[in-house]
Amino acid sequence: MPGSVQSIERAAAILQVVAASGGRLGVTDIAEAVGLAKTTTHSLLRTLLLVGFVDQDRSTGRYALGTGLLRLGSNLDVNELRARASNWADALAARSGHAVRLATLVGEEVIVVHHVFRPDDSAQVLEVGVPLPRATTALGKVLFAHSHQHTGQRTTRSGAGATAELAEVRARGWATERGEHEPGLGGIAAPVRGPGGLVVASLGVSGPQSALFDARGVPRSPVLTMVTDAAHSVSRELGHGGG
Amino acid sequence: MADRYVLAVDQGTTSTRSLVFDRGGRMVAVRQREHRQFFPRPGWVEHDPMEIWANTQRTAAQVLNDVAGRGDVVALGIANQRETTVVWDRATGQPVLRALVWQDTRTADLVSELAARPDADQVAERCGMAIAGYFSGPRLRWILDHVPRARERAERGQLLFGTMETWLIWNLTGGPDGGVHVTDVTNASRTLLMDVRTCRWDPDLLAFFGIPAAMLPEIRPSIGVLGVASALSPALPIAGALGDQQAALFGQACFSPGEAKCTYGTGSFLLQNTGTELVHTRSGSISTVAYQLAGEPVRYALEGSVAVAGALVQWLRDGLGLIGTAPEVETLARTVSDNGGCYVVPAFSGLLAPHWRGEARGLVAGLTSYVTKGHLARAVLEATGWQTRDVVRAMAADSGLSLPALRVDGGMTTNNLLMQFVADALDTPVVRPMVGETVSLGAAYAAGLAVGVWSDVEALRRNWHRAAQWSPSPARARALTEEYPKWERAVQLSIAWGVP
Repeated sequence: MPGSVQSIERAAAILQVVAASGGRLGVTDIAEAVGLAKTTTHSLLRTLLLVGFVDQDRSTGRYALGTGLLRLGSNLDVNELRARASNWADALAARSGHAVRLATLVGEEVIVVHHVFRPDDSAQVLEVGVPLPRATTALGKVLFAHSHQHTGQRTTRSGAGATAELAEVRARGWATERGEHEPGLGGIAAPVRGPGGLVVASLGVSGPQSALFDARGVPRSPVLTMVTDAAHSVSRELGHGGG
Repeated sequence: MADRYVLAVDQGTTSTRSLVFDRGGRMVAVRQREHRQFFPRPGWVEHDPMEIWANTQRTAAQVLNDVAGRGDVVALGIANQRETTVVWDRATGQPVLRALVWQDTRTADLVSELAARPDADQVAERCGMAIAGYFSGPRLRWILDHVPRARERAERGQLLFGTMETWLIWNLTGGPDGGVHVTDVTNASRTLLMDVRTCRWDPDLLAFFGIPAAMLPEIRPSIGVLGVASALSPALPIAGALGDQQAALFGQACFSPGEAKCTYGTGSFLLQNTGTELVHTRSGSISTVAYQLAGEPVRYALEGSVAVAGALVQWLRDGLGLIGTAPEVETLARTVSDNGGCYVVPAFSGLLAPHWRGEARGLVAGLTSYVTKGHLARAVLEATGWQTRDVVRAMAADSGLSLPALRVDGGMTTNNLLMQFVADALDTPVVRPMVGETVSLGAAYAAGLAVGVWSDVEALRRNWHRAAQWSPSPARARALTEEYPKWERAVQLSIAWGVP
């Protein structure tokens, strides 16, 4: 198998053994079955445990297939996503004083799946189901930066500058918009990750550019921290990071 | 100056939660502990009052510790599961048996017997609600009838009766050692034993139900100092107590006549403030006490309780296995554009408001081979919307008050399809507040108002912010008004099915 990655091959072998054993094997038996050193097997199992592909019985130490594997076949339900994110989105809006949106990719479109109004009781319209441009909104940039479409060759619509920005979004863990989508409107968004670490949604605030950014265009730190903290909390709620 | 915080205890059906709120009405800490549910026989539901008391002490101590050093907690407010009934020994503090929970139906025969008496008409006239097993008076009577020597001991003042807030306040203020035996007026209004106009125990109602006055707590305003919780450290004034649905009405800042909230949980509970006037009900809603500030007249509300709302979605998940999680009902419902002619009436154990037909049983009407699980999911969600319409219609007929908007809370408010359906079915905007914890927030508001954390209800109103709004579509509202008689027919069929 030219070009194959050894650790993935080994992990796959471990999963096959665990699946066949029906949850009756400990690390020593599994190591024996796949012909690996116990320490190597143990560290592979630990990673599989972290991403939810195996579960370990706390009392016996034996391994079984994890619930994360079962979820692989189906994307996270958007209504489930909204229900799980709702408390954190409300708290983010209450603390930041800005409108909050949660967005996800449906096919190639960025769709708003949850929207909490700016808490000033002004007239606002619920935007659930509304598509957003992926290149000019913070929510879209986060999803686009982490989507497979982008990492492939299909970046024709964006130039080299945009590609660099998306790489930066991936590296630092948040994205901004400063009037690109609507003049004067700013936005800050961060990724929400599912159990395996995959980005499943983006969560962000939007408001006047001057409220979200300083004169040099740097996000004001309390708001930025609130957004990234809220996105982490939703990720934890979804089972990312062993939580 | 350190922030002033308020502690709220939300003693609910499945758990006891302690929460701390700041002056902005924002939650700053929460602890929760579930308690056991006992089902000794079909239809019987019990809780262990000692376990609930222990959970209250534990979660309150934890949450006070969580905020230690960050602010001064200055008062405690309590919201409780309503109609759940405890009887205990004044000297030892031991319950004579486990609490009879509001879902418990063991009093069904007793209630039919009582309702058949020639003098039964006076009950609804005096207390604002018809005799039903849902309320706590018949449960108290059942205990007196079934626990050996209970009646004799109650008459001698050795046994005390209380709903959950009474039980907790008595224990918090010292228990056998000088505990204060009080109930708040909203909880007292759910016993069938209180004159809803004077807000005093009614001697004729006590005679009708056979309840010795000696065991009853003193009825007090919901908002005002009830005692000092010496069991907590620091010892806090207990300055507010409300039944949970009334607490939610208060937490939703429904202070003016006409303002209403609906909590969509396992069941749905719609309360509309009717001001200082008691509304005479004829259409199936009930008149209840909304709240009372110490030194002010009682504020009343109309209430429409629906037994099954979220529980129907749970049935779709656990009973039929059509969905994996409750929120997926919306995904399934959106696979179709209408109900395909299908209606689900979730009368699992009869129908409460506005029908009050205990014998009704659930049904699925309008099945054809065209109907798919998507249509069924839509009919399940619509059932909750239609039931809200039933209740709102009954209330409008009784009070003549218009409904400017319906404030909603509870788990089902993340379901956009349902919330839009409710807006269209009522032809009224549906709004969701930023703080979803309306029950505990209402308890905190009550206590904080009593000790001056907030100056008046207007200050509380300013804390309420809209997080979402669903506006009715005129065309959909018209179409649903045309469709409504079909739902009503399905309800009639479910009642007819249950008639022996």
